[in-house]
Parts: sequence; structure tokens; C-alpha cells
Amino acid sequence: MTIVNILFYLFSAVLIGSAIGVITARNPVHAALWLVFSFFNSAVLWMLLEAEFLAIVLVLVYVGAVMVLFLFVVMMLDVNLVQMRQGFTKYAPIGLVVAAIVIAEIGSVVWVKKLGYDSFGDVAPLPAEYSNTKALGQLLYTDYIYPFELAAVILLVAIVAAIILTMRKRAGLKPQDIAAQVAVRAKDRVRIVKMEAEGKES
Amino acid sequence: MITLPSVLLLSGVLFALSVAGIFLNRKNVIILLMCIELMLLAVNFNFIAFARQLGDIDGQVFVFFILTVAAAESAIGLAILVVLFRERRSINVSELDSMKG
Repeated sequence: MTIVNILFYLFSAVLIGSAIGVITARNPVHAALWLVFSFFNSAVLWMLLEAEFLAIVLVLVYVGAVMVLFLFVVMMLDVNLVQMRQGFTKYAPIGLVVAAIVIAEIGSVVWVKKLGYDSFGDVAPLPAEYSNTKALGQLLYTDYIYPFELAAVILLVAIVAAIILTMRKRAGLKPQDIAAQVAVRAKDRVRIVKMEAEGKES
Repeated sequence: MITLPSVLLLSGVLFALSVAGIFLNRKNVIILLMCIELMLLAVNFNFIAFARQLGDIDGQVFVFFILTVAAAESAIGLAILVVLFRERRSINVSELDSMKG
């Protein structure tokens, strides 16, 4: 058993433990923090699987952006936790049964059917000078350039949709009306009065 | 070395746990969204394991796109959640019955 194996099993065990923490945590804030922990463990495992760029992206994008967004929303909403926990144990047996069935099915596919491969041979590690980021970038900007642009558009749509959905008009605000400001004329604002000059009061 | 079946089994266990989480927390929309994130993570494990096993980096490109779409999805989902809470003062799934579904 090599050091890579030991690390793989160690971080896999921690990952599964933190996933159990996500689904059983009483407080949604704790669930979000368990999810952050499981993302960190996944990043380590992806590094062991020679996907270094994606491991960094997972930490930056998921832990840095998505989970912070989750924590923000969880703390902003005033959720009645007691009411939310009702029926938790009621559905626990069926949840466990479904989980066991999914594990059994995937295990049978992996070990019995072997997915059409004769054997899962060992993969030789990539050479030390191999750059995962460079290889991914060369593929992403040549073969996958149109899906890449499409992904950028999807992110733009997400930004616009999130802002439009959560923007609200409250009474009592005095927002600027740029069009009205630009269209204003001097005669609307200033009234010129013609009158005789008046002498000094004596 | 890390073998393919061990990674596939890890991702299967992770996926099964998130399915169980959807059954357990079927009232709280926030935790349902977290379980969906966990499911996508499990799927990404499969892509990365096969990309390594087959020596084909296209699988990692797929993971890249899944991460992008998942980030967009969670941003829009949380925005909908905020609007929902503002309207109904609750995010309980069993109270969301205005469409009589």
C-alpha cells in the first residue's frame, strides 16, 4: 500500500463523513460548513487523481463563491428550524433504503459487469513536467471554444437573472430618473419675470 | 495506485448519501440545494476517474462545464429562494402549494 493509497482512503473516509454531516446537520449553517469541508476533501482527492486545475477551481469557485452565497442566504433568512425538522425521522428509513439500493446497484455495475473492460489496470503516473492546466487550456480554447463561449453566456444570464429576481421597488425611495434629468429644459425650471426697475427705498 | 473501481464506489456512496439527504430533509429547500451540489460533485468524480483511466482529458473539460452550470444554477436557485421567502415568509416545501400540484 503506497502513500497515495493511504491518502486516498483517508480523504475518502473524511469526505463520506462530512457528506453524512451535510445531510444530518440540525442547523443549515452547520450543513453548509460540512459541505465546505467535503469540497476541500474532494479537491485533495482530485489532486490525487491528477486533475490539479479542477481541484483549484473547486476550491476557488465552490468554497470561495457558491458556498459563501449559500451561507449568506442561510443567515439572511429567518427559518423556523423546529418546524423544518418535523418528519426528519419519519422519512429516514425510506431514505436509507434508497441509499442502500443506489450503492448496491453502482457496486454491482462496477464489480460484476466490469463496464466492458477486462481489468482495471494501473495507470502510469503522468510525467513531472506535464501541465494539467496547459493541456486543459489547449483543449478548451480549440476544440471546445463554442461550448466555452456558451458557458460564459450562461454565467452572464445567471448574473442578470439573480439581480432581476431579487431587485425590488420599495415605497419611499427616491431613485434617479436619468431620462427625466436629461430631458429637462430651462423653461421648465426657471420663470423669467419682466418688471420695471425699482429705485432705492428712501 | 488508486484504482478505478474504488473511485467509482466512492462517488456512488456520495451520490447515495445525497439522495438519502433529499429524503431526510424534504422540508428545507436550502439543504435540498446543498444535496444537489453534493450529487454534482459525485458525478464529477466519475468524469475525473474515467479521464485518468482512459488518458483522455476531455472528461476534465466536461467537469469544467458542469462546475460552470452548477454555479449558475445555485445562484439562480438561491435568488428564487430569497424571493420566495420574501413572499411567503417560509421556505417549507410542504407549504408551497399555490399551484395545486
